[in-house]
Amino acid sequence: MSQDFVRQMPDRSSDLARRTGFWQRVHIDPLLLMLLLTLTAFGLLVLYGAAGQSSGTMIRQGRFLIIGYIGMLVVAQLDVERIKRLAPLAYLVGIALLIAVPLVGVGAKGAQRWLSLGGFRFQPSELMKLVVPMAVAWYFAGRALPPRLKHIVASLIMIAVPTLLIARQPDLGTSILIAASGLFALFLAGIGWRFIFGAAGLLLVSAYPMWQFVLRDYQKTRILTLLNPESDKLGAGWNIIQSKTAIGSGGWDGKGWLNGTQSQLNFLPESHTDFIIAVLAEEWGLRGVIALMLIYLAIIIRGLWIGMNAQHSFGRLLAGSITLTFFVYVFVNMGMVSGLLPVVGVPLPLVSQGGTSLVTLLAGFGLLMAISTEKRMMEQ
Amino acid sequence: MAEQVALKDPYTEKRIYGARTIFAALVVFALLSLLMARYFSLQITQHETYRTQSDRNRVQLQPVPPKRGLIYDRNGVLLAENRASYSLTIIKEQVEDLDQTIGLLQDLINIDDDHIKKYRRLVSRSRPYSSVPLKLKLSPEEIAIISVNRYRLPGVDVDAQLARHYPQGELFAHVLGYVGRINEAEQLQIDEVNYSGTNEIGKIGLEKYYEDILHGKVGYQNVETNARGRVLRVLERTNPEPGADLTLHLDAHVQKVAHEALGDERGAVVAIDPRTGGIIAMASTPSFDANLFVGGISTKDYSRLRDSIDLPLFNRALQGQYPPASTVKPHYGLAGLHYGVITPQSKVRDPGWYKLPNDDRMYRDWTWQKKKRGHGTFVDLEQSIVESCDTYFYDLAYNMGIDRMHDFMAPFGFGSKTGVDNTNERSGLLPSKDWKRIYKRSTWYHGETLSVGIGQGYLLATPMQLAASMVAMANRGKHFAPRFLKRLGDEEITAPELPMIEVEAEHWEAVTHAMEEVVHGRKGTANRINRGLKYRIAGKTGSAQIIGIGQDEVYDEEQVAKRKKDHGLFVAFAPVKDPKIVVAIIVENGVHGSWVSPIARKVFDAYLLDQGMLEENTDAGLIAQAAAESATE
Repeated sequence: MSQDFVRQMPDRSSDLARRTGFWQRVHIDPLLLMLLLTLTAFGLLVLYGAAGQSSGTMIRQGRFLIIGYIGMLVVAQLDVERIKRLAPLAYLVGIALLIAVPLVGVGAKGAQRWLSLGGFRFQPSELMKLVVPMAVAWYFAGRALPPRLKHIVASLIMIAVPTLLIARQPDLGTSILIAASGLFALFLAGIGWRFIFGAAGLLLVSAYPMWQFVLRDYQKTRILTLLNPESDKLGAGWNIIQSKTAIGSGGWDGKGWLNGTQSQLNFLPESHTDFIIAVLAEEWGLRGVIALMLIYLAIIIRGLWIGMNAQHSFGRLLAGSITLTFFVYVFVNMGMVSGLLPVVGVPLPLVSQGGTSLVTLLAGFGLLMAISTEKRMMEQ
Repeated sequence: MAEQVALKDPYTEKRIYGARTIFAALVVFALLSLLMARYFSLQITQHETYRTQSDRNRVQLQPVPPKRGLIYDRNGVLLAENRASYSLTIIKEQVEDLDQTIGLLQDLINIDDDHIKKYRRLVSRSRPYSSVPLKLKLSPEEIAIISVNRYRLPGVDVDAQLARHYPQGELFAHVLGYVGRINEAEQLQIDEVNYSGTNEIGKIGLEKYYEDILHGKVGYQNVETNARGRVLRVLERTNPEPGADLTLHLDAHVQKVAHEALGDERGAVVAIDPRTGGIIAMASTPSFDANLFVGGISTKDYSRLRDSIDLPLFNRALQGQYPPASTVKPHYGLAGLHYGVITPQSKVRDPGWYKLPNDDRMYRDWTWQKKKRGHGTFVDLEQSIVESCDTYFYDLAYNMGIDRMHDFMAPFGFGSKTGVDNTNERSGLLPSKDWKRIYKRSTWYHGETLSVGIGQGYLLATPMQLAASMVAMANRGKHFAPRFLKRLGDEEITAPELPMIEVEAEHWEAVTHAMEEVVHGRKGTANRINRGLKYRIAGKTGSAQIIGIGQDEVYDEEQVAKRKKDHGLFVAFAPVKDPKIVVAIIVENGVHGSWVSPIARKVFDAYLLDQGMLEENTDAGLIAQAAAESATE
């Protein structure tokens, strides 16, 4: 059916054909690009208000956006087959870098997450957000699906190694995202429901020992704070109380752009990074939140659609897991800021300030575009 | 590998993938709906609650500290004021590397390690977003240096506030006291609401005594703040009520003269206007710069003051308890006349010593220690006062008895606080048989009466008490609890009048005439100050013996270390006919009253002549009389 659609294309009109030809040649998904541009433009406006109307922050974010979009377009030009072949190597290099972090890395705020390369600091864990689903997708692409038990175990180990290395840094938010990205690939590959429910049961059983031995004190505090933010009004609960106040006081209409008292008067901590959604909710109201959610939803549907239409299982698995991971970002961030989930440093994708996350996310969408244009390229 | 490839089924894979994707999409919808519900609940259902909370959040009621009342002398000279003071503060939260910032500041301006230690202690106890002072009282140069380097010192700020300042430096330190940081004990006593914006409180002196009046009433303002408490906008304001200004009886010029006359000696001068009880001067040397205490004194400065053997923090005028020595002889003479123990004509044999009946112990006259003789074969009351004869007063004391001496002296203010409006006043000691029984658990001996009879022994008085007793002497029995405060706003303050001391007028006359002769008589112990006097002074010298002298020892001034020498005292009032000022002076180790009396002359001149008090309220006759009297000298 899809072949029919493509074959009809040149017959429609020469103008459209030329344009389609252009999009195909440069490997861009125009719908996805439009949605991303809308989202990042909106995000930039919100950020301007959130960062105390500092044009410096805007310019820095704008510079990262340009780098991110260029990166996305470069990644989109890559041959999917080549990406697949490079995946295992990238995975091994990534693991090596993660091991290097505690040995030679630099710390900030009590955690070691950064590697410094010739004055340029970067976070290997950020890279792993793309590398892990790539590696898992590569692993299943060469095997019959649905996967057999030994392959499931093998892929779980592939996921667990980087996840645990990052959780040790410690960076709970990123390790959750990376575990999720790998698990989504596993899920989309068709892992049996028995395994899924079994794992869920196991997780439930292991909750107590996890609490006792794995979670750090500050992480426990965050979870306890979620249950009762009033217990520590000026400490861990402060963020949640202030962000809920910001969101709630926004109402339907919002207080107007740059008029949010909670955010403009600095009551809201981390207002331009992880808690930026509270600024949006305060200044743009529920209307703004809904608009943002709709854009996210459209991006996710587009991503899932690209996955479903991919030619090979590698592209399918990769596109699906990148898209679903993107959704986890959105859900965890909006959930934690509104007091639905514990606070685990996850930014609001493409809106929060932060260069690395922006570049990684856009590179991920570059992969989606490469996958979405691959089919047509083959047809040509 | 090849085997597995053979088993791959693209159609099944795609079908499974599609099903899983649809399932995932449904979960995505479900979770987004959950988020939607959450935001709907916060923004629509609970909107009112959060809007109220948000309004409350940004608006804060802040106390506005009142301006502390100023203090003036009688002529409007400013003694205590409020000046803008600039301090260097750091907000820790805004500083990237605290050590580096402090290091940089140390390169720029002079900051003691002491200050840094104190700052670190403060910082560890305060919130990261509060601004903590590192250095107070910045100089204009320091402010300029910091302003220029502001760009590389994020989080560093210069804050302005009003700080107490004492423009006269150490001249009034003992009178005014000073303000300092409110400590924990004071925190419990003050009205927390009224002091909510105030950091400092009167610690001693008038600053403490009149704290309630000087402080004023706190004001309030509704301000919009950010989370760090930085004020962005004032929404509403109730102005504070400033503290009332005090006008004192003190005369800055006389105070300065008294202070300088004391020079490098350790001593005190108290001058009171006998007509009002108003204190004209109260000097205690050595003194200190009260400004050091404002905003917290450094450990170095404080230990220097505390550990000095000259005790500059000790207010000798109110806290120094000294044997009044011969300065109380006029009082005893008055008592003798009053009780009929003596008459102005009765005489006592004076060989230079005195012996109690049935006792071989010799009580020496002070002349004995120099010349081994008395003041003459027989001496009367006037001569005994003029030449300060001890033998006469040994005899008088013996005949009067300690309890009558106590009862007569008490109304003059000995043995109890004068009630002056200042802090830390001591009561001195006026002994009696009861006192000794209760406090010493011992009976009274006649020999002790003799010591008290020449102002020694157990008898102790503060310079303020001596001056207050001179007020009664000068006024012929009318006297007051001395007062510093002259005027509060427009209200004149009158010193509380004490019960009149009822003594026959002729007795007053006899004693004050003798005192006049102390200064103006040929043999008067203070006659060195009468040269060129335009008015007449009545006074009495004293030497307080502070080491015991054995029966056969000879007192040798040269050999006794300066610190063991007698204290020199002098009490006086002037002009004799219409007293306008009394003084009491003590110079520790000042040897003798005659050596101290020139200080009184300077103080009298400063008040009566320099300040024109002699002419004021004085009829021409009195001036003429004074002039005539001084001419005949």
